[in-house]
Amino acid sequence: MLFSLSLSPTTLTSSPRFKFHSCPHVLPPKPPPPRLRASSQAHHVILEDNGSFAGAGAAVEENILPAGLRTESMPRHVALVMDGNRRWARLRGLPVGSGYEAGVRALRAIVELCCKLGIRVLSVFAFSSENWFRPQVEVEFLMDLFERGMRDEMGSLLRENIRISVIGDSSKLSRSLQELIKRTEEATKTNCGLQLIVAVSYSGQYDIVQACQKIAIKVKDGLIEPNNINESLIEQELETNCTEFPYPDLLIRTSGELRISNFLLWQLAYTELFFAKSLWPDFGEVEFLEALKAFQQRQRRYGGRDF
Amino acid sequence: MEREREDSATKYFHVLCSYMRKFIFRILSMGTIPNHIAFIMDGNRRYAKKHNLWADDAAGHKAGFLALASMLKYCYELGIKCASIYALSIDNFKRRPNEVQYVMDLMLEKIQGLLKEESIVQKYGARVYFRGNMTLLTEPIRVAAEKAMVATANNTGMMLFICVAYTSTDEIVHAIQESCNNKWVGIQEANGSKARNQAIRDVEYQIEEKAIIKLRDIEKHMYMDVAPDPDILIRTSGEHRLSNFQLWQTTYCLLYSPAVLWPEIGLRHLVRAVLDFPQHRSYLEKKKEQA
Repeated sequence: MLFSLSLSPTTLTSSPRFKFHSCPHVLPPKPPPPRLRASSQAHHVILEDNGSFAGAGAAVEENILPAGLRTESMPRHVALVMDGNRRWARLRGLPVGSGYEAGVRALRAIVELCCKLGIRVLSVFAFSSENWFRPQVEVEFLMDLFERGMRDEMGSLLRENIRISVIGDSSKLSRSLQELIKRTEEATKTNCGLQLIVAVSYSGQYDIVQACQKIAIKVKDGLIEPNNINESLIEQELETNCTEFPYPDLLIRTSGELRISNFLLWQLAYTELFFAKSLWPDFGEVEFLEALKAFQQRQRRYGGRDF
Repeated sequence: MEREREDSATKYFHVLCSYMRKFIFRILSMGTIPNHIAFIMDGNRRYAKKHNLWADDAAGHKAGFLALASMLKYCYELGIKCASIYALSIDNFKRRPNEVQYVMDLMLEKIQGLLKEESIVQKYGARVYFRGNMTLLTEPIRVAAEKAMVATANNTGMMLFICVAYTSTDEIVHAIQESCNNKWVGIQEANGSKARNQAIRDVEYQIEEKAIIKLRDIEKHMYMDVAPDPDILIRTSGEHRLSNFQLWQTTYCLLYSPAVLWPEIGLRHLVRAVLDFPQHRSYLEKKKEQA
């Protein structure tokens, strides 16, 4: 039957920005990551708007950006849809849990890389509201993984000056996880390095609905007229109001799936989308730098500007 | 004589192409085809630049219109029930005034053309919907759009959504305003019928209940509420972004970004997208079951 063939989008694979894995069981050898060189001008190269890299008091690493990347067009906010953990495990004959654990290791590496590259905000789609429909055992494993991860990483978050924010419908999370999230957010709220936004039990559509509900209450209380509701008001009520840069410049989705899946809906209006073939646990420095290079080659016109 | 031979040869060539296309579509339609394809028609200006058509500001857009006509024809022949196009974004008003004016003039001309019998819309029995913040358009365009919607209201063929003066964020703001307006009326009615003592608590509970806006409340006030969610979003010119088009509705759909400029889009791109769809569809089916 013609339609049982699984065809990958060749328009994407013909573009130099995508890797094509012809056989998912055999991972192509990864080239060694580009080495970061020391330079006396390094701290100027990495610094962004407010001049802070690792925060007050921390030693600034004297590195420049990897070859081919330009400071002035680094994305400030990168969003990640970390897809492919379960497939990664299945391909290796491992339990699904191993896939998630490998995913956590990959995330740790990317967070470290974002800190080095001076990216201001990294948001990750850790658990969508649709993921609650997965098998109970899997959901419990994931919740346990979040708790353990958050507890175990507290030390390095403080050391690396990372600020954690968690967005999503926390009412569905266990009491202990809710409290841990609050404690972690509180403990890291003054950190001024990378802001890591973790979306747990999150849905882009629901984010808009909850913003609308808050606005509706203000309307009910006579604080605003319905006709005065505008985009700015909605933006202030979205869960991404926890950050100065709520709109991702770049969204990366792994595992080759070409969709957004209800992540950061409003916020993605003008975001550059990059679809990587790698499964999430295999997404490393090389793939991330490739995505950044592709981002820097894009022309962002926002519907208006001439090219 | 030679000219006549050439004309005949061209005619036969077109007839042959038409038969081949219909054969391909017959085969495709035996499998899973999408219900709704959305198009972001990007690349008109770059096409004009590429072909040195700068003398005419609207040249690229005119070429783009021809490509659109072809795409809609192919969608109709394939049996796609619904198509939506990003004809004019609110952001496009930021372009050079000359270009904006040309696009508006072209749009008015083409909308008026929809009413003619020989137009693609009438030929394929398509029902046309204009969706967007129509108050941002000039009156001649609003009037023409209204006429076209009325004229095609009884058509039962393809549904064609033409998004003009549209952005998704504007659509959501409008939907939230309407939801709040409706809830506000409901609250005022509940306030008006307040009774005493025990009953007051019941009414206050009703007010709280009415104040809670749900997803469905917002959805029913969207400009695109009568359309099914797109199954495939095709954006040409190789750009991978949504540019504020149907953000709400495309959150699960297959995003397809061929590198070709919009005026150069062809049958093969549509076929490619449709061939990739079945695999994506099984994911959509799973989502519907969960919902």
